Amino acid sequence: MVLTGAEIVIRCLQEEKVDYVFGYPGGAVLYIYDALFNQDKVRHVLVRHEQAAVHAADGYARSTENVGVALVTSGPGATNAVTGIATAYCDSIPMVIISGQVPTAAIGQDAFQEVDTVGITRPCVKHNFLVKDVRDIAATMKKAFYLAKTGRPGPVLVDIPKDVSMHKCEFEYPKEVSMRSYNPVIKGHQGQIRKAVQLLLEAKRPMIYTGGGVVLANAAEQLTKLTRMLGFPITNTLMGLGGYPASDRQYLGMPGMHGTYEANMAMHYSDVLLAVGARFDDRVIGNPDHFAEEPRKIIHVDIDPSSISKRVKVDVPIVGDLKEVLEEMIRQLEANAARPNPETLGSWWKQVDEWRSRECMKYKNSDEIIKPQFVIQKLWEVTGGEAIVTSDVGQHQMWASQYYRFDKPRRWLNSGGLGTMGVGLPYAMGAQLANPDKQIACVTGEASIQMNIQELSTCKQFRLPIKICNLNNRYLGMVRQWQQLFHGERYSESYMDSLPDFAKLAEAYGHVGLRVERPSDVEGALREAFARKNDLVFLDFQIDQTENVYPMVQGGKGLTEMILSAEDL
Amino acid sequence: MRHVISLLIENESGALSRVSGLFSARGYNIESLTVAPTEDASMSRMTIVTTGSDDIIEQITKQLNKLVEVVKVVDISEAAHIERELMLTKVRATGKDREEMKRMAEIFRARIIDVTDTSYVIELTGNQSKLDAFISAIDPALILETVRSGVCGVGRGDRILKV
Ligand SMILES: Cc1cc2nc3c(=O)[nH]c(=O)nc-3n(C[C@H](O)[C@H](O)[C@H](O)COP(=O)(O)OP(=O)(O)OC[C@H]3O[C@@H](n4cnc5c(N)ncnc54)[C@H](O)[C@@H]3O)c2cc1C
Ligand SMILES: Cc1ncc(C[n+]2csc(CCOP(=O)(O)OP(=O)(O)O)c2C)c(N)n1
Ligand SMILES: [Mg+2]
Repeated sequence: MVLTGAEIVIRCLQEEKVDYVFGYPGGAVLYIYDALFNQDKVRHVLVRHEQAAVHAADGYARSTENVGVALVTSGPGATNAVTGIATAYCDSIPMVIISGQVPTAAIGQDAFQEVDTVGITRPCVKHNFLVKDVRDIAATMKKAFYLAKTGRPGPVLVDIPKDVSMHKCEFEYPKEVSMRSYNPVIKGHQGQIRKAVQLLLEAKRPMIYTGGGVVLANAAEQLTKLTRMLGFPITNTLMGLGGYPASDRQYLGMPGMHGTYEANMAMHYSDVLLAVGARFDDRVIGNPDHFAEEPRKIIHVDIDPSSISKRVKVDVPIVGDLKEVLEEMIRQLEANAARPNPETLGSWWKQVDEWRSRECMKYKNSDEIIKPQFVIQKLWEVTGGEAIVTSDVGQHQMWASQYYRFDKPRRWLNSGGLGTMGVGLPYAMGAQLANPDKQIACVTGEASIQMNIQELSTCKQFRLPIKICNLNNRYLGMVRQWQQLFHGERYSESYMDSLPDFAKLAEAYGHVGLRVERPSDVEGALREAFARKNDLVFLDFQIDQTENVYPMVQGGKGLTEMILSAEDL
Repeated sequence: MRHVISLLIENESGALSRVSGLFSARGYNIESLTVAPTEDASMSRMTIVTTGSDDIIEQITKQLNKLVEVVKVVDISEAAHIERELMLTKVRATGKDREEMKRMAEIFRARIIDVTDTSYVIELTGNQSKLDAFISAIDPALILETVRSGVCGVGRGDRILKV
């Protein structure tokens, strides 16, 4: 069948079973929008800013097992998309971004709305393509989806000049992809896995540390099974929350800068650390030299060899898809009668429980002023722990991660690696479209929400009944906290002045807005909001302005040097 | 430590900038980088001379391997290998310097490949230190310009980089 390049693009999306494309039109993609118009399989979500298109597609991907797709025009469309692409890249999210480009003959001529999109995005994509011939579109799209979702996932950009989208050729979608230069390792090395299992069985102070890889590999079930078989304590990074049920006894909470005392102490003093799909980020292990002071054997499972021995020396590296590797570990344990020594493990648990008894997540609630932690706890109660929670970046993000207990994966969507303010609402849009029957809560701050507030309009158009929980402290709270603790209380440009009345603003967009000022109104407001099944409700919680996030490991410090509360200052 | 990394990469436009971009983005050193197509026109071979601790070199090879268009990577300096570099040196050659330059070229087994009334172009191939030695052996005042190709290398004997 002979089709135009634009029609081929849409056919490729259909072949990939893409149901939503998030985008914004412009000159260079007019043919592609024309092709979209003539079909109804791929639905288009018109956002109000290209950054939000990419974030929404990213949120869609995070809340499902699918590739997120965004479509933007050349020049400013592409540059607006860059923050979204980089955000997805830093958290290894599978996405395909299609950008229009000026016609091939105009490339390099400083044409209207021309930027070197492939050049600009190169450092923040898994791979990118400039398609110069209509006959290459189908094969390139096939490769783009394949690259995005296999191996270590990531965003792939396909840049299509306008004339290429207009030219015609015969369409046939390739059945498979083979690339001699790209063959991710899936199965882990048997011998290495055997070594790892042996180490785990002999460990005296074992600890399991898992991350976003578990969510990306859809391996929560295998992880849970293995962890229960071994009976070891476990921690999930900010990106891995829900990979292991947070309400389980073996779970110690999140590690790292704002992690729990028990998780950090157990990480630090473990003698065998099993790292699974986690990359020893600086926000997790603190100072790597301090971390290395305590001798321990590290087993590291990751699909990306470059994640292994990057920041810490690893004793047993295992490259492979962690679902396969965890299954093999389970198989070997099942075939082996040996189990960890209950007495040794018992005394380790005694130590861990002693750390746990410090109750580092305790906070002083108040009858007068709303505490952010209290709002999140109530949010958890009201939603029965079943909501998909998105967040922006700042203190509210940390409180949401600490006080909402995630028992399942893909329920916590946030920007961990890049820490992009403004993702919360678009993530919620993508998640709501992907999960129309689920409750979606967007926990945000009065500063972050304003970075993509225009999307309230998109939410109206597509009837997305998101519940926005704005933890309004009238401050760039996370910045203010650092200024208070490390910059002599000089609050340089961290006060958020001249804020809008968010409830009224939401109403202006056609939504429901509620301003909540008293602790006694928190639960009622949340219940009312979630009872409104068809409405977006903007809950503007006026919270304690000076509340800080604890525990805290100061940048450059070691995991054991935690500030547990304001009293430690 | 100095390392010589050889790699095969798909001969696509932009492939070179992915490699050079990787080095600048991650702060790795590049001493020299050479690239040209191989006997298989769909592939180019690159030789990169870099320095770094063992940990850094390990990351460099892993990061290079991760680039989608890179087919194969080896650190050829890990074992017996041969390195060669080509240098063209244009020198002032007048009066008694004409004879002196010819003599130097002979000692280094270099060739004079262009001659004018006042200058020679001298072609010299060898490993880096040989070229360095030649440059320091001649009077700097006489050097008009030099151009070096950067190092390219192969493993000895059975060590073959091929797909
Ligand atoms: C304000 C702020 C505060 C933060 N504080 C903390 C904190 O206190 N604690 C914390 O934990 N984080 C914190 N973070 C997040 C932190 O910056 C990192 O994003 C996060 O720790 C990285 O998580 P991860 O190690 O799980 O890696 P990810 O970025 O999720 O990487 C996943 C890893 O899994 C691998 N992988 C992917 N797919 C597979 C597969 N199929 N098989 C095998 N491996 C696979 C990848 O190669 C990669 O190495 C904070 C972020 C912000 C913005
Ligand atoms: C796009 C972007 N700009 C700046 C920052 C730096 N930053 C991190 S948290 C923060 C403050 C966020 O304020 P708010 O959304 O009100 O959240 P709070 O910390 O008050 O809960 C800032 C400015 C960032 N992460 N992202
Ligand atoms: Mg704030």
